[in-house]
Amino acid sequence: MVSTYILLAWTWARAAMAYRASFALMAVLGTVLAATDVAVILVIFANTTSLAGFSHDEVLFLYGASNVAFCFCDMFVGNVDRISRHIKAGTFDAMLIRPVSPWIQLATDNFSPTRAGRIAQAAAVLAYALAALDLDARRLWMVPVMIVTGVVIFASLWTLAASVQFVLTDAPEVVNAFTYGSGQLTQYPFSVYARDLVRGVTYALPLAFVNWQPGLYVLGRDDPFGTPSFMRFLGPVAAVGLALPAWLAWRRGIRHYRSTGS
Amino acid sequence: MSTRRSQGPPGPAAALNPLPAARPRAHNPALPSADPRAGPRTARHRAITLRRCETIPFHAPFHAPFHAPLYARLVRYGFRKHATYVWGALAGAFTNSVFGVLRAYVLIALWEARPGLAGYDVTHAVTYCFVTQAFIGPMQLFGGGLDVPERIRTGDIALDLVRPASLQLWSMAEDLGRAGYLFLVRGIPPVLLGAALFGVVRPSGFAGWAGFAACFLAGWAVGFAWRYLVALSVCWLVDDRGVQVGSLVLTTLLSGMMIPLPLVPGPLGELVRALPWAAMAQAPADVYLGTAPPLETLAFQASWAVALLALGALGTRAIRHKVVIQGG
Amino acid sequence: MIELDRAGRSFKVRREVVHAVRDLSFTIAAGEFVGCLGPNGAGKSTTIKMLCGILTPTSGRVRVAGLDPSRRRTTLARRIGVVFGQRTTLWWDLPLRDSFELIRLLYNVDRVAYRSRLDELTETLGLGDFAAKPVRQLSLGQRMRGDLAAALLHAPDVLVLDEPTIGLDVVSKAGIRDFLRRLNSEQGTTVLLTTHDLGDIERLCRRVMLIDHGRLAFDGTLDDLMATAPGRSTIEEVVTRLYTTGRETAR
Repeated sequence: MVSTYILLAWTWARAAMAYRASFALMAVLGTVLAATDVAVILVIFANTTSLAGFSHDEVLFLYGASNVAFCFCDMFVGNVDRISRHIKAGTFDAMLIRPVSPWIQLATDNFSPTRAGRIAQAAAVLAYALAALDLDARRLWMVPVMIVTGVVIFASLWTLAASVQFVLTDAPEVVNAFTYGSGQLTQYPFSVYARDLVRGVTYALPLAFVNWQPGLYVLGRDDPFGTPSFMRFLGPVAAVGLALPAWLAWRRGIRHYRSTGS
Repeated sequence: MSTRRSQGPPGPAAALNPLPAARPRAHNPALPSADPRAGPRTARHRAITLRRCETIPFHAPFHAPFHAPLYARLVRYGFRKHATYVWGALAGAFTNSVFGVLRAYVLIALWEARPGLAGYDVTHAVTYCFVTQAFIGPMQLFGGGLDVPERIRTGDIALDLVRPASLQLWSMAEDLGRAGYLFLVRGIPPVLLGAALFGVVRPSGFAGWAGFAACFLAGWAVGFAWRYLVALSVCWLVDDRGVQVGSLVLTTLLSGMMIPLPLVPGPLGELVRALPWAAMAQAPADVYLGTAPPLETLAFQASWAVALLALGALGTRAIRHKVVIQGG
Repeated sequence: MIELDRAGRSFKVRREVVHAVRDLSFTIAAGEFVGCLGPNGAGKSTTIKMLCGILTPTSGRVRVAGLDPSRRRTTLARRIGVVFGQRTTLWWDLPLRDSFELIRLLYNVDRVAYRSRLDELTETLGLGDFAAKPVRQLSLGQRMRGDLAAALLHAPDVLVLDEPTIGLDVVSKAGIRDFLRRLNSEQGTTVLLTTHDLGDIERLCRRVMLIDHGRLAFDGTLDDLMATAPGRSTIEEVVTRLYTTGRETAR
């Protein structure tokens, strides 16, 4: 599985790197584009010292932790949401006749290493925030755990988004609200959002476990919404709880695939 | 005609393809004239062409002297063409609405910390957020929306350029139809959702709505003019993705779509509020909120629209030179 | 080698159930060369897609090389080669050579076997001239030869082709036909193809199947087919008669 992934990704990467100048330009511009979200946070904190009870550095920590996971998924999994294009163009048929999972073929299709710049950008923000905040070193073990959790949650979301497109071939854009919307939602401390919305993204769609709940633990803070402290450690459970239905939905989607044309 | 043409400023195409200045050009009345000084000066012409765009085929007998019906029809076709993607547009409206809600909460938190910031109250800030999300579709703030790059890539642009009508006006008319459709389907839902969830302000009275309508159109014109320039760049670039992404960065950040521009501090703030991107979202949103004077805002937008459309007209001429005359 | 037992596939189109294929049963033995005819929309492509696991049948049983295609799709992929005439299975932006290399790695083809197989295919299909070009720059004839080679690199037992000669000029057609005939006779590869080109049937297929309205309307040798309409001299006339009477009885 993994070796096939690397192989396919490498083939696409080589094709992308054939045009060096445009490759470098895209890497730089992609990083700048991703950094516009940081620019927004900086502009906000040029006008205030605290947002919904969280400081500049704390917000950057939450942003960085979520965005490392999000950009990682965007690079390595995000292409699966282009499935409706492949279905319409008939190229999904070609993926189904290969002895490799179509999920891997989709994820690596047109794989471009230029997106690595975004991960680097998010990682730099996270590193800055970790250095700037005076954190309890005994709690830092949670940082890698929350990033892996975030990767699994976002990857599951993207897989769900792709599965939905077996049915929703006419309006694939609707899934952007869930994939990119989740990326946007987790950039800020959840204390800015309304209680009901936070309940929804904790118990229905477990986005709170990407960076909010584990992040509170790392920052050594109580949840303003008053959830019990054991919730801070439930991230991996939530991730598996989302990955399972995503995998089932994908399998179901393949079995109901209708193909197009004559 | 060919000699007068060579006296004009050398366009980018001329720089790329040095050509004997007095190369004779077959005078085919079906080919649009590239002479900026040609043409009848009727009031209507001035009204629709903005500085008498030189690509209007004044010598084409079957369209002279008045093209309004043609462009009116193109507006309708543009509208209809996009009306076939109703599900896609609704999906876009949904996404814009979701992002509107998420951004609104962030702005609410900011205005709770700093009431009255930038002359807005909380309701202003929330309204700003949903109105700018509503602009994404009609103003095409994420770029694209034009057929020109694809037509240049496939070479079909040559067919468009020999039509006795300006490519720029043609695209502009179609884009107006697109904007009109997306205003209805992608523009209205986010604002209605914002009104239902948080409450939004509205322009007051007829004058308020009229001012907003004018500034909205002017904002669209600046947006179109900019996207048209980006689209033309394909003609000179092997890979246009760089320009596309560059434009995306500039537009999302500097239009005020992600954050109200009055929040940007210092001289940097002064600068970004004077650039053309501010005319695309910040300016019409401020007129909607009633936090900016409509006439001054309109003048600001119109000057950018004229400047960018004139650049686009020059670019169109350069492309014609490259594609039609040199057969490149 | 290929076995269909009352296989069917239906689609729901606006609450109505449309049967693209219903109760289709046939068996193709190893080494056969079978041509499949039928008017547009008769269910040929749906049948092909069920054979290679792209579509899951809604009823009945399908077996290819002893495997259920929809459940064992990736296992079956190593034993079957598929070519779609209307669309390529190659990577549009990669040079043909890179597409082949990718297929070698995807299918885990042994390097030595791959080398000799590719040389042989390059020779017989004349791929040498354009192997370095990206697929999108190939002519239709070149692309089809590339697609054929790609489908055969892993030495499949069965080759399934959906309209392989569509849109090709006479020379390209003749080349493809000659190649398929030799593949079948010299290597014993089982071939099933669908076509609208009766020349393909006449020159290649020992056995002809005619699918209409999702059912098998005829199955036999070319001579049997000709015998169904005694007064008619050409295959065109015979097939035209079969298509039109099929339409009438369906009404």
